[in-house]
Amino acid sequence: MKVLMFGWEFPPHISGGLGTACYGLVKGLAHHNQDIIFVVPKLWGDEEPLADFVNASDVSIDYRERKFKKIWKNLTYLEVSSFLVPYLGPEEYKKFTDYAIHDRTDVDESIFTTKYEFSGKYGKNLMEEVSRYALTAAQIARDRDDFEIIHAHDWLSFPAGIAAKEISGKPLVAHVHATEFDRSGQSVNQPVYDIEKAGMEAADHVLAVSQLTKNIIINKYGIPAEKVSVLHNAVLDASIIKSKYNKKVPEKIVTFLGRITFQKGPEYFVEAAKKVLDRDPNVRFVMAGSGDLLNRMIDRVAELRMASKFHFTGFLKGDDVDHMYAISDVYVMPSVSEPFGISPLEAVRHNTPVIISKQSGVAEVLVNAIKIDFWDIDAMADSIFALLHYDGISRMFKEMGSQELKKLKWEHVAAKLVTVYEKTLSTRP
Amino acid sequence: MRTICFYFQVHQPYRLKPYRFFDIGEDHYYWDDFLNRSVIRKVAQKCYLPMNALLLELIQKHHGAFKVTFSFSGTFMDQLEAYAPDVLESFQRLVATGQVELLNETYGHSLAALKSKEEFAGMVKQHQDKIKQLFNGYQPKVFRNTELIYSDKIGAMVADLGYKGILTEGAKHVLGWKSPNYVYQNSINSDLKVLLKNFRLSDDIAFRFSNKTWEDYPLTTDKFINWINAIPQSEQVLNLFMDYETFGEHQWAETGIFDFMRALPEAVFKHTNFGFSTPSEVIDKVPAVSPIHVPIPISWADEERDLTAWLGNDLQDEAFDRLYELEAMVKKTKDPDLMRDWNYLQTSDHFYYMCTKFFSDGDIHSYFSPYDTPYDAFINYMNVLSDFVLRVKGKIKELEKA
Repeated sequence: MKVLMFGWEFPPHISGGLGTACYGLVKGLAHHNQDIIFVVPKLWGDEEPLADFVNASDVSIDYRERKFKKIWKNLTYLEVSSFLVPYLGPEEYKKFTDYAIHDRTDVDESIFTTKYEFSGKYGKNLMEEVSRYALTAAQIARDRDDFEIIHAHDWLSFPAGIAAKEISGKPLVAHVHATEFDRSGQSVNQPVYDIEKAGMEAADHVLAVSQLTKNIIINKYGIPAEKVSVLHNAVLDASIIKSKYNKKVPEKIVTFLGRITFQKGPEYFVEAAKKVLDRDPNVRFVMAGSGDLLNRMIDRVAELRMASKFHFTGFLKGDDVDHMYAISDVYVMPSVSEPFGISPLEAVRHNTPVIISKQSGVAEVLVNAIKIDFWDIDAMADSIFALLHYDGISRMFKEMGSQELKKLKWEHVAAKLVTVYEKTLSTRP
Repeated sequence: MRTICFYFQVHQPYRLKPYRFFDIGEDHYYWDDFLNRSVIRKVAQKCYLPMNALLLELIQKHHGAFKVTFSFSGTFMDQLEAYAPDVLESFQRLVATGQVELLNETYGHSLAALKSKEEFAGMVKQHQDKIKQLFNGYQPKVFRNTELIYSDKIGAMVADLGYKGILTEGAKHVLGWKSPNYVYQNSINSDLKVLLKNFRLSDDIAFRFSNKTWEDYPLTTDKFINWINAIPQSEQVLNLFMDYETFGEHQWAETGIFDFMRALPEAVFKHTNFGFSTPSEVIDKVPAVSPIHVPIPISWADEERDLTAWLGNDLQDEAFDRLYELEAMVKKTKDPDLMRDWNYLQTSDHFYYMCTKFFSDGDIHSYFSPYDTPYDAFINYMNVLSDFVLRVKGKIKELEKA
């Protein structure tokens, strides 16, 4: 089967989990000999040649095509506003946008040049890029007629998917990796929500990364349940990582690793840490990452007078992430809302037992982990204490966890995806 | 006798290097040698060397009539030995003129006076020894506590150590209607005389000198002389206390601060009935007018003149308490490396960097801080302290085995 796929980023140039998931999926599909045309706003040239990559920045648009005007008209309601970047709070978003490589203000003019260079980042002209990406998608769909189905990843490429469907008449699969409700809690960004909803409604079938996400799609976006399938993420490599790093402190280490934002539930980790330290002072807690709640967490830790046992590392990257997992005795992911959440699987690969919130998609696939409600700090403290002190249970989790990981392969996910494609094609009127 | 008493504080902390969580248990060296050296060298060029030369010139020119006083923190003297022996030598030359008085303070420029009498006394003794060693057996008679922090109890503690005088801030809320231009005495032990900083005239030089929005800008020697002459005849002592870095570093050479100081002594002699004295001379000659009551500690920092620059928010209190709960253990180790780090970790600057008072509008605190935010300062300090705790505990276990 030949699939026209729209993504937003692809390894090695990624800034979120979306790129990693697309990579795994494309790799799995390649394993099943599926042909993929993978479109990204910007190609860097060092992507692994798993698909027929199309660089949207290279596509010139033929404005004589009347249909494009219609597409453009439908897109003009898009406005630039905050909360566009997945998971980021306002302060982080500000920082993030400052980093974005293109700092343009000439919105309208640049959109109507025949070629448009995308930044491919989550910058402040994100909405402009999303709209322009849709136009490019229409051109690609018109130029190439060698695909059978369209697959768009997350809201950033939904307008592209819709445009490609309108031009080509081929069916569209909309893949939801995260919803606006996961990113922003109750303060949803209306234009983003509207794009998400339009994408799911225009799609012939919708994929959700977890049952949790599927429920949101049904309840908050009003999509009929039979139109939505759950397609869990997997891991690229299930092997156990033997790290060269050793712990330098005598105490056991309990780790939180992720963005320090509302969505990730850092405050519950802090409160649970206090409960554990009151009982057992021979533990160190580490909060690794950065985010708009960081300073509040530092204040709280100082207020609880446990700063000599509770540490902050700031944002970690590359080797330091590996180091952190390697020296951890327990990994905790207390997310308030997590569509999937790949990091506990990374922890399992380092032989570290994990505690995850029931409000995460990964809880649906990982059986051998302690699952708690994110708000239940007593249960969290209990579980941390148990994993630190009762060797039997942590040993069991280590062994079973790594066994379980081996079953979470992208090949299996891709096989399921192919059946979704086939079903979608066969049920078309 | 009417007199001006110039006292300059000279202090540099040992700043911590960026110390990460991963370093705990492995890396036992905490100090940012590069940064500390660069700061000393920079300030040496801008302030210490040119100002020392100017003071020497003035002392020689006025044949014993012009005098100044210094207090050097132990962390400053250690860094001079390591990074700037030329500066140390120029200070030694100044002291050798006999017209320069030195004060005692805590070696680590610490806040120990607020927490532990034993640690405080130990640090003072250490400072005495260092002054003696570097300045040809010199023995100070007057005391200056970190950041001029003073209370009745601290005063009594200092008197117990044998000092006859102490310097502190002429804080408005302590003085009320009273003038700082008299000699006072400690309210618990009347043997200890208290000299108060005239903060208006001191800060005119130290803070406002180059401030173009100040209504009295520019500050000329003539103007300053007029203000000195406006002091009522009955008031005897004008205490001008400030950071030494005022000259050339806080107020750059371009502002004319050196020219102001060059002209000031001669103008004072010519146009006023003031002379210059050192604190011990003032204390010997001028009787105290009354006790001064300071039940709650004061300092010379910020508008509040209290302790909130170093202590009071959760970050500072947590770091301070975690540090001082180690005191007994550290002393038990008798390990020279641990004792040195213990000393440098107590320096008040570490707590100053954690101050959130001016977090929003980034004021004078951020000028002096090597960190972006008080939170960064706190995290870094706590990481270092965590490693320090491990070392202290390890050493004690070692001793128990032996």
